[in-house]
Amino acid sequence: MTILLDVRDLAVDIPTEDGTVHAVQHVSFAVNEGEFFGVVGESGSGKSVMVQSIMGLVPGARTSGSVLFRDRDLLSLAPEQLRSVRGREISMIFQDPLSSLHPQYTVGWQIVEQIQAHEKVSAKAAKARAIDLLDRVRIPDAAARFDAYPHQFSGGMRQRVMIAMGLSLGPALIIADEPTTALDSTVQAQILDLLGEMRSEFGTTVLMISHDLGVLSRVADRVMVMYGGRRMELGAADAVLCGPAHPYTAGLLRSSSFNREPGTPLVPIGGRPPSLLAPPEGCAFRDRCPDAMAICGSKPPVRHYDDGTEVACWLESTPVEPDPPVLPPPSLLASPDDPIVKVDGLRLTFPQRRGEPRVVLDDISLEVRRGETLGLVGESGCGKTTLARAIAGLVAPTAGTVEFDGAPTANLDRAQWRDLRRRVQLVFQDPFGSLNPRRRVGSIIGDPFRIHRLASGAERRAKVQELMELVGLNPEHYNRFPSQFSGGQRQRIGIARALALNPELVILDEPVSALDVSIQAQVLNLLDELQRRLGLTYLFISHDLAVVRHVCDRIAVMEGGRIVELGTADEVWNDPQQPFTRRLLAAAAPEIPREPRDRILLPLTVTGTGAQQPAAGHPAAQHLADRVALEVVS
Amino acid sequence: MTRFILSRIAFGVLVLFLLSVFVFMLFYVSPSDPARIIAGDKATEELMAQIRTNLGLDRPITEQYVTFIGNLLHGDLGYSYRSSMPVSELVVSRIPVTMSLVFGGMVFWLAIGIPIGIVSAKHPGSVRDRLGQGFAIVGISFPTFVLGMLALYLLYFVPTKLGFTLFPPSGYVPFAESPLQWAWHLLLPWLTLALVVAAVYARLTRGQMLEVLGQDYIRTARAKGVDERRVTYVHAFRSAMPPLVTQLGIDIGLMLGGVIVIEQVFGLLGVGSLAVTAVAMQDRPVVIAIVLLGGVFVVVSNLVVDTTYALLDSRVRTATR
Ligand SMILES: Nc1ncnc2c1ncn2[C@@H]1O[C@H](COP(=O)(O)OP(=O)(O)OP(=O)(O)O)[C@@H](O)[C@H]1O
Ligand code: SF4
Ligand SMILES: [Mg+2]
Repeated sequence: MTILLDVRDLAVDIPTEDGTVHAVQHVSFAVNEGEFFGVVGESGSGKSVMVQSIMGLVPGARTSGSVLFRDRDLLSLAPEQLRSVRGREISMIFQDPLSSLHPQYTVGWQIVEQIQAHEKVSAKAAKARAIDLLDRVRIPDAAARFDAYPHQFSGGMRQRVMIAMGLSLGPALIIADEPTTALDSTVQAQILDLLGEMRSEFGTTVLMISHDLGVLSRVADRVMVMYGGRRMELGAADAVLCGPAHPYTAGLLRSSSFNREPGTPLVPIGGRPPSLLAPPEGCAFRDRCPDAMAICGSKPPVRHYDDGTEVACWLESTPVEPDPPVLPPPSLLASPDDPIVKVDGLRLTFPQRRGEPRVVLDDISLEVRRGETLGLVGESGCGKTTLARAIAGLVAPTAGTVEFDGAPTANLDRAQWRDLRRRVQLVFQDPFGSLNPRRRVGSIIGDPFRIHRLASGAERRAKVQELMELVGLNPEHYNRFPSQFSGGQRQRIGIARALALNPELVILDEPVSALDVSIQAQVLNLLDELQRRLGLTYLFISHDLAVVRHVCDRIAVMEGGRIVELGTADEVWNDPQQPFTRRLLAAAAPEIPREPRDRILLPLTVTGTGAQQPAAGHPAAQHLADRVALEVVS
Repeated sequence: MTRFILSRIAFGVLVLFLLSVFVFMLFYVSPSDPARIIAGDKATEELMAQIRTNLGLDRPITEQYVTFIGNLLHGDLGYSYRSSMPVSELVVSRIPVTMSLVFGGMVFWLAIGIPIGIVSAKHPGSVRDRLGQGFAIVGISFPTFVLGMLALYLLYFVPTKLGFTLFPPSGYVPFAESPLQWAWHLLLPWLTLALVVAAVYARLTRGQMLEVLGQDYIRTARAKGVDERRVTYVHAFRSAMPPLVTQLGIDIGLMLGGVIVIEQVFGLLGVGSLAVTAVAMQDRPVVIAIVLLGGVFVVVSNLVVDTTYALLDSRVRTATR
């Protein structure tokens, strides 16, 4: 095994208005040639900043340490040398394929541009190569699609285009920053397969960031867990994910819904990540760690285990398993006789310029029972969001009726309309697009109070900060703009805004798909608690069956504008009737087996350089020395 | 796309129709005698009677409007009794002057404003950015009149006093007569106009570029290994353009209707100075012609803007076929 990318002691500081963000704090890791290296960590833990700073893509960042790639230090390369590495030797794939492709140029143009930025080839030859690449990532009819614009592609196809572009010059390393997060789970599975295939076909090494442990457990050879800008645990994927040695990794696994029995509350990691403006002296995880000890106030050592796992922690035993939180009993039991929403024969078509009108919703009849959580699953474009909007009274159906609390939602007067707007709230899907980038977060969350004239001035500010606290945002960030939050943090803003007015029905459109598991668990538990306490009803839209199964009482499966299957969560999960439902189930994240590990912690010695190694003569040290020797010769 | 353009044209025609009705009402259906307004205070009774029959002022209003609009469509804008020549001739003679001023000035204000905006946006907070911002503030806050006078003083009066003439103080030489003289005579007005307007464009460009440079696809371009110049111009500026085009269309449309202050300061006999004299002399037919002409320019430039905008945006371009 040779090392392809050797990151040593990398630190990234970003100066901002509020002070310096210490986004990455002295992280070291090595990626071996040919492996699939996974980086996991919650939102804001510095994953993106870390990989982008490796490529010099963070404007205004100050970096220190070294990033050795093929005997060059990327951090000290001249701009022109770095440019020739970017895209040719290392290419990147980003999270949101729509915003990451230029909207005004065709996809073919964008691939050709990358080829021509590095190689002197004729436009014709470059075009032929681009078409070949599009073909290899299985864009149907590649030659014709060459001239299409990104907005004419679906999300999955856009990500294929990004991958084709990334592969266009046969790079040694592909860095994929959450490449599947914005996609449907069935498409996610396809894209992961594609990445895996391309890796074997092109012999490319992959460094993939994800906040989804399920995804990583499926594809990664080795995994690094990051938290608060620091490295927590590093080792072989099965060692780290099946038998975590770090309390944080263990906490992440406990809060993953795919890993827990339905109905049992998740065990979220309480609190929120540390401020990167003033990182703590000692362990970054101390405030949230169930194993915290007095000594954790000083910088934890890096421990080596005999299976190669490295852990930055004072703990020497297996992390404890805290009990799940106790939730209040439900104040309202859902019953079939008390529907809050009644949808009958709902049909929605959009006229098209030519030919038949497009049918978006086709003869949908459905009841949402007061106090229940009804899940709505299906792939993107199947009409989930449209159905939700129709139920909220935001789009008028072509045929059929929608009743909310016994009253039809058609032809309302102004007062009734306002009332409906207050009683039914929506949480939107897209954390990037649904927030106005020019407005401060505090005023975005305060909107409902302002629109319904319920609170103003200091009172509104206090309420908003309370809500921010509730959804795990730092209330100090009241005056920040959405762009200053990481992807996951932005979604919480939307949830806070929806919860402001204590609605009756909350339509949650992919509410947690952009969140990290520890926050997902917090939000899901929070939603659960609010529901029990306030008798809320949820319509929960998601493409992630694992989450839906965990939180929903009943599940409706949608395909092509119809509801193809509707049943209790158990029925749908254990005994799917429709082939489509089975396909969805297959794409859902598998449970990660928990294996108690039988491993030896290597004792610490302090060497001259301050690096901590097992004492010489210890059997584990011998083991380690062998491994090191092996790595050097191979 | 064609549908889109056709609908915009229809809308433009509607706007012009409404404008013509408005102007007609304002000037013909007024309590005072239109013939008196048209002919002036010193006109004889015979002349007035003749005007009345010519214009059909004794006939019903709708009929009068039809005649009015019919004449307009035939290019007959009426007769200016005060200048003793047909209005159309009068106005048409002025258009080339204003057009030369506006389009020439445009070249300068774009050439000054856009690069300043781009450099500012590329290095926000730097010395260059502050200089650029300072320029914008000066340009926006100084009245055109003052800038024009200053330019005249510094570039004409001072050099002339010292014994050499850099620029002519005023006047206009048609392009066909001598392109060199044409440009030389217009250089000072161009620069003055550019100085005022460039500030707006520098600001707009800076704001747009700052926003675009923060977009994800700019990061993608850099990650691809595209060099920084290309990132700035091919990727970022391409996206920053549409609002600039809109602003440009609005400005051009408005200015073609007359650049009053600059035409006055530099003694250019363009549409703007014609408007000033016409209003001062109560020359109603000329005023009507200029108002309508301004309307036509605004409508046409809007049409051009909308079409360009649609062509520039792949999403609009591909959506409506
Ligand atoms: N351009 C920037 N200016 C200032 N702060 C930034 C900038 N980009 C990121 N940050 C901050 O740096 C920290 C790390 O952000 P980063 O985007 O690396 O997180 P992440 O681990 O990738 O999160 P996610 O999973 O949400 O993508 C966050 O606190 C974020 O607010
Ligand atoms: S060092 Fe201490 S606080 Fe940090 S993770 Fe380990 S046990 Fe918890
Ligand atoms: Mg990220």
